[in-house]
Amino acid sequence: MARAVTTQHKTIATAAAWIVALLIFFPILYTVITSFKSEQEAIQGFNLFPSGTTESYSEVQAQSGYFKFFLNSVLLSVGSTILALLVAIPAAWSMAFSPTKRTKDILMWMLSTKMMPAVAVLFPIYLIFRDTGLLDSRIGLMIMLMLINLPIVVWMLYTYFREIPGEILEAARMDGASLWNEIVYVLTPMAVPGIASTMLLNIILAWNEAFWTIRLTTTEAAPLTAFISSFSSPQGLFWAKLSAASTLAIAPILIMGWFSQKQLVRGLTFGAVK
Amino acid sequence: MKLRTLTLGLLSASALAFAAHAESITIATVNNGDMVRMQKLTDDFTKANPDIQLNWVTLEENVLRERVTTDIATKGGQYDVMTIGTYEVPIWAKQSWLLALDKLGDDYDAKDIIPAIAGGLSVDGKLYAAPFYGESSFVMYRKDLMEKAGLTMPDAPTWDFIKQAADKMTDRANGVNGVCLRGKAGWGENMAFLTAMSNSFGARWFDENWKPQFDQPEWKNTLQFYVDLMKADGPEGASSNGFNENLALFQQGKCGMWIDATVAASFVSDPKNSTVADKVGYALAPDNGLGKRGNWLWAWSLAIPAGTQKAEAAEKFVAWATSKHYAELVASKEGWANAPPGTRSSLYANPEYQKAAPFAKMTLDSINAADPTHPTVKPVPYVGVQFVAIPEFQGLGTTVGQLFSAALAGQSSVDDALKQAQDAATATMTEGGYIQ
Repeated sequence: MARAVTTQHKTIATAAAWIVALLIFFPILYTVITSFKSEQEAIQGFNLFPSGTTESYSEVQAQSGYFKFFLNSVLLSVGSTILALLVAIPAAWSMAFSPTKRTKDILMWMLSTKMMPAVAVLFPIYLIFRDTGLLDSRIGLMIMLMLINLPIVVWMLYTYFREIPGEILEAARMDGASLWNEIVYVLTPMAVPGIASTMLLNIILAWNEAFWTIRLTTTEAAPLTAFISSFSSPQGLFWAKLSAASTLAIAPILIMGWFSQKQLVRGLTFGAVK
Repeated sequence: MKLRTLTLGLLSASALAFAAHAESITIATVNNGDMVRMQKLTDDFTKANPDIQLNWVTLEENVLRERVTTDIATKGGQYDVMTIGTYEVPIWAKQSWLLALDKLGDDYDAKDIIPAIAGGLSVDGKLYAAPFYGESSFVMYRKDLMEKAGLTMPDAPTWDFIKQAADKMTDRANGVNGVCLRGKAGWGENMAFLTAMSNSFGARWFDENWKPQFDQPEWKNTLQFYVDLMKADGPEGASSNGFNENLALFQQGKCGMWIDATVAASFVSDPKNSTVADKVGYALAPDNGLGKRGNWLWAWSLAIPAGTQKAEAAEKFVAWATSKHYAELVASKEGWANAPPGTRSSLYANPEYQKAAPFAKMTLDSINAADPTHPTVKPVPYVGVQFVAIPEFQGLGTTVGQLFSAALAGQSSVDDALKQAQDAATATMTEGGYIQ
């Protein structure tokens, strides 16, 4: 039986959605507001109306160049995402279309690696990076970020691939398509929305990763997370400068998220309702 | 087209040639005012040493500590110069992680380094880190409020006087708290203050046999005095206030007194940021008549990890950054008041510096009043005034800091906090093999 949706209900639902969205977004908004305050204003307690000074931005730029960190963030997040997709698409394909008895266990095991605190493996990883000369290198960090996000990427792709009827792939095989052709020409085009949203989410996760990107870099490969970290000060006021640095660091990913929100939402809710 | 190719070729050739000659050293540092200033002034160094390029890595203090420890313990070789404090130097030097700094040049004049500071950075008489700036702690107070209270701050006050003055200065209706002290948990936050304070009450972390001493009356007196004082005269929510929060409160005129790092003097007396800049007086940290004052000793210092491949270039840089010449350079560009304080005796003998920095004498006296090898009244087996220079202290100090912060917030009693601190310290020291 269909429920009657009255205008009143709709209004309440919309208002509730706005309130929740505002609550979630508020910390980011307040960071942006604080970045336009002077250091004195910033620490003087809650105030939504900044004086509008941009001195924090100029100080942040003068102290350490933004662009180099930005470029590293782009290279690392995009590079690690491409690497992750190269590994995850075949993996998810085999799990979705030729599952074995152990497939579910493997998926769970992959996810379980995300449950371990990262700091537990800091020393082994640091030693491996040192011995292979990968400390402070972009390629080393791309591999690291790829490995961190791989379980999520495989899981997401697995969910999308399962939505695709196996009969279509069978038909392709009947027509004589090789395994490679089946993945590249049949499966991938059908899963483009799923792959796109996985890619976007993975870029965001890699962009925001702050444990390994700070600990495995020094100068050459340091991304925006290291840039933000450099503005916290043990002695002296730094809230406005830190907010300016954070705003500069999250702006690109925020803009990207804004433009691709449809794909993101579709991707994240895909397969949730049968 | 040909011209462009030629130019490009020439440019890359010269870039290659430059790269082949230039040696780049990586310096890890914290985001402190003096450090940021140094980064701006490095042209002076690179002009004199065109074959050395400087790469800076600035990190948040705790991240820096963790990052640098990981690198040095694994001999990762990512840094050639690192900024570390008086806590790390004795521990790391004993592990042979640092190069001894005995080749800083003939004109370096290592004897000019203030003895108390040099003592904290040396092991077996050898200097393992060069101090970039040094600090102690002292009392900063509002002269106008003190006068209004009908009191005169002595140069060397007692804790009883501080309590009496704080009671009189507190005017909560007008937002004035008699005293602002650190309450935020952390071995370098509230425990730096409380450990230094406990020295003046005759307390110590461990006895000569490394047995924890939180069950002794001296600690009870310290913590009870601190909690009572803060409850009566401290700001609201003091248990989450660290250096920066108290600095903001003092600058806004909300504190009658503030006992903290001497480096704060240049912030509170800066008319650009402080509303009370012309009303601040300074006094030595308080005592209880036991012969020890409640002030600490710290120096942000430059050290060279033993694993570096570029020791010579790193030594040149360390010598430059901690030289007399550097202080003169800062003075010529930004005035004497901004010269890095607390490292060289010659700076304090300089009449121009004395004139520009009214807090100079009190800073030097405070530094000289701290003795890292004999921090408290009774003998101790460790080095360090506001910390204990053993690797276990970071974790233990923060745990105890959380317990004391909870006592300040009223979540537990002073007795409970001390009992739990004693248990935590006993467990840590037993695990570390210091006691059975």
